Amino acid sequence: MKLVIIAGPPSAGKTSLTKQIVKRFRDEITIAFLKIDVVKAFEDIELRKEFGILTKKIYSGDLCPDHAGVMVLGDAVDWAEKSSADLLIVESAGLCLRCSPYLNQGLGIIVLSSISGIHAPEKMGAMVSLADIAIITKIDLVSQAEREVFIQKIREVHTKIILMETNALQGNSLNRLYNLIQNSPDINKDNLVLKGNPPLGTCTICVGKKEIGWKHHFGVIQKLDGQIAEYLYRGE
Amino acid sequence: MIEEITILPGLDKTGCKENFTYITLKAGETISIVGPTGSGKTALITDIELLAQGDTSTRRRVIINGEIPADEIRYNPAMKPIVMITQNTKCFADLTIEEFLHIHARARKIPDEKVILETIELANNFTGEKIKKDTKVTVLSGGQTRSLLIADAILIGAAPIILLDEIENAGIFKQEVVSLIQNAGKMVVFVTHDPVIALLTKTRIIMENGAVKNVLYQNEPEIRAAQNLLELDKKIGNVREELRAGKAITFDFLAVNFA
Repeated sequence: MKLVIIAGPPSAGKTSLTKQIVKRFRDEITIAFLKIDVVKAFEDIELRKEFGILTKKIYSGDLCPDHAGVMVLGDAVDWAEKSSADLLIVESAGLCLRCSPYLNQGLGIIVLSSISGIHAPEKMGAMVSLADIAIITKIDLVSQAEREVFIQKIREVHTKIILMETNALQGNSLNRLYNLIQNSPDINKDNLVLKGNPPLGTCTICVGKKEIGWKHHFGVIQKLDGQIAEYLYRGE
Repeated sequence: MIEEITILPGLDKTGCKENFTYITLKAGETISIVGPTGSGKTALITDIELLAQGDTSTRRRVIINGEIPADEIRYNPAMKPIVMITQNTKCFADLTIEEFLHIHARARKIPDEKVILETIELANNFTGEKIKKDTKVTVLSGGQTRSLLIADAILIGAAPIILLDEIENAGIFKQEVVSLIQNAGKMVVFVTHDPVIALLTKTRIIMENGAVKNVLYQNEPEIRAAQNLLELDKKIGNVREELRAGKAITFDFLAVNFA
């Protein structure tokens, strides 16, 4: 089974891209789709209705969605394999920019809208720098020069990334992506590891303490005006 | 070197195959694409710009010098032999004009630093109110943005094929742009509703219902018509500039312009 993990900020066009991939491959192979979101997601119902593929969703609720992804991805791979899927597409919530959901196997795709702001690629950290492929969407909304300026910014963050531009609603010029998916090796589910480092997290705020002020908390947290030497704060 | 590009037929809006075997456009040629709004003019130049390989909504394919272009040519701006001026009149990048042009020059692998100021200078030939290098691109007017993008396409894009989508409706100095581009020895494709531009091009592609309906070549009476229209267009331009400058039309003006 092949694996594609799609990440990117909300409204960048992740689901539109997913639909194009599904349209391209659904007659040839069995596709399973998992959506990870925090509060509400409709993509699973939409894709099942439109294309009749296997879909599942998981709400992370109070848990960070990337964290939820790590927890359920093993189950999702089992589910997809048991359902004889040839391709599992995982669409992340695309919220926090600390982490990235990509694994050591399969393809990691970052979806970025060409109107998302010129500094977005730099600000998005691991979501861009650990991706294999960047898909720039909504290219019909900007000039060619601006598209190329945006692409250059991404290249300066990640020189080896494979870049493609599209209007994801129409699925323009995505042949290269389809070839990359077709040629990506099957995953070995006993050796799936996150590409990026998860956050340090032994923090009392994260476990639910609501009190304000240093004396109520311990963990790996930084003071507002903290010096470099005080970077790792462990409580009073 | 680009000698020619060949467009292979795709599908019209109803899914029927287009009625031509291929269209070849040669280096140095001027081409216009005409037809009603919604007839597929922009889709056609977008196919050329993306070097479509059956993977756009029209399913057309575009071949360079008889060969399918490599991925690098399709996807790497530094290798791309095509620049396109779209109808967009807005930039979203939070950058100054100078920064924007610098990054674009890096993307197109143009090492020459002089090109930045030259591009701004050229843009200022096309626009009424001048632009400055430290202005943010986001605050430029529609006409200023297009002037900048056209100058950028000519000097930084610097590609052998230039595609222009309805250059006439930006409020810029159209004649200056057209004559500059036509004398640059490039393959120029205009999507246009402007009769002057359409008649000045050697080849006219007629669009209808998402498909190429016909291809016509400039004939003798059309060249004459174009010359007459150019005169008329200049007069309209003179009146426009008077009005833009806040002046009233005088008898003297009439005598000079419409004698």
